Amino acid sequence: MAWSVHELLGRSPWFVHYNCNSCNGCDIELLACLTPLYDVERFGMLHVGNPKHADILVVTGSVNHRNARVLQNVYAQLPTPHVVVGLGVCTSSGGVFAGSYNVLGGVDKVIPVDVFVPGCPPRPEAMMDGFLRAVEILKRKSAGLPSAPAEKEVITVAPPSGPHAEESDAA
Amino acid sequence: MGTVMALFFVVVVAPLVGLVLNGADRVVTARLQGRVGPPLLQPLYDLVKLWRKEPLVVNRVQIGYVYLHLAFMVMTLVLLALGGDMVLALFAHAFSALSLVIGASSVRSPFSRIGAQRKIMQMLAYEPVFILLVVGIYLRTGSFMASAVGRLDAPLIVSLPLVFLAYLVALEIKLEKSPFDVATSHHAHQELVKGVTLEYAGPYLALIEVAHFYETFLLLGIVAAFFVRQIWLGVGVALVVYAGAIVVDNVCARLRTTWMVRCLWTVPVMLAVCNIIWLYVRRTQGG
Repeated sequence: MAWSVHELLGRSPWFVHYNCNSCNGCDIELLACLTPLYDVERFGMLHVGNPKHADILVVTGSVNHRNARVLQNVYAQLPTPHVVVGLGVCTSSGGVFAGSYNVLGGVDKVIPVDVFVPGCPPRPEAMMDGFLRAVEILKRKSAGLPSAPAEKEVITVAPPSGPHAEESDAA
Repeated sequence: MGTVMALFFVVVVAPLVGLVLNGADRVVTARLQGRVGPPLLQPLYDLVKLWRKEPLVVNRVQIGYVYLHLAFMVMTLVLLALGGDMVLALFAHAFSALSLVIGASSVRSPFSRIGAQRKIMQMLAYEPVFILLVVGIYLRTGSFMASAVGRLDAPLIVSLPLVFLAYLVALEIKLEKSPFDVATSHHAHQELVKGVTLEYAGPYLALIEVAHFYETFLLLGIVAAFFVRQIWLGVGVALVVYAGAIVVDNVCARLRTTWMVRCLWTVPVMLAVCNIIWLYVRRTQGG
């Protein structure tokens, strides 16, 4: 496997970045991945401006009625095999924008997503981990192996209930 | 036998040398920016990946011109390696660049067309230098055949020092390095996305990359040809010139197209013309 074609394919993942409806937190952290401190070009990754040259579509932010069409357009221009990575909690559920009158929710309502990277915003380390997971999926897709859509972790955060909740928390 | 060896070297070894040089370029660029950078063979990985990707095509015309771009680039190299006509090589090289322009203009993407127009401006800027180079070699050797260069008693650099300086500036344009990387650039996302190569995907982009490897070898080979007879000195100078081009790429911003043409048509072209006049005067006075 070390020198097979699919392995080589995984050594040169170029990504294109599309900002759906993001607050720019994820976008700034994504750019941090390109800086000398993190340097994703170590893995052969390049930030390209053109979906036709890309292997990975990186999406940030939640989807709304206006940009769903644009996102589908960008996705349609990706040559196969390709992988979609959603950065941040907004791509999963809509994040803090969930439930707004104009927000559809997560990116997976519009296009299939392969990897979700949790966080608000995710740390660059988490993003790079997500990219490397995406590369593994890219290799599987190139080899013609099936790949399951991304699973979302369900974490429910509820305020403590009852009159003495704060005290029991402190104890 | 020598012809077969030369053909093998030019068609098979040249792109591999170009590939390693481009890999070294990316590593050195990364180190200059304080990054670790990709492995040395990253261009090979890119090539294999692009070859495996789905070929997205806008129209058939653009594909035809990709093949012509590569074929004429190889033809230029073969002509020069076999000691052929330098004027023909000049035209073949120009048509190679031109086919990229036509291919990029055949699609309706505005960014691709901006890149194509800028590529024409680049050709307008560097072609005079290339023509003056050929004229200078003719004045020195009395022949337009490339094989005549090998029969010189003194290397070309002695009689064409100013043309050499002008060629170094033109080289920066041909290698798509800042400040002249206006037609296609790895860095100009906002401005022209990817310029002339914008509408090429997968294998066709890989072919353009291969043509670029051939071209890197060709351009540095011409640098080495200035020192012919001391070929290892020539190879050393070519590597130093390439390293210099990478440093200039990293310390310069991308500048305007009109500035590029103005810059080339003043100092480098004038330097080359002075050199030609000097050669001509020496020749007519029987020096």
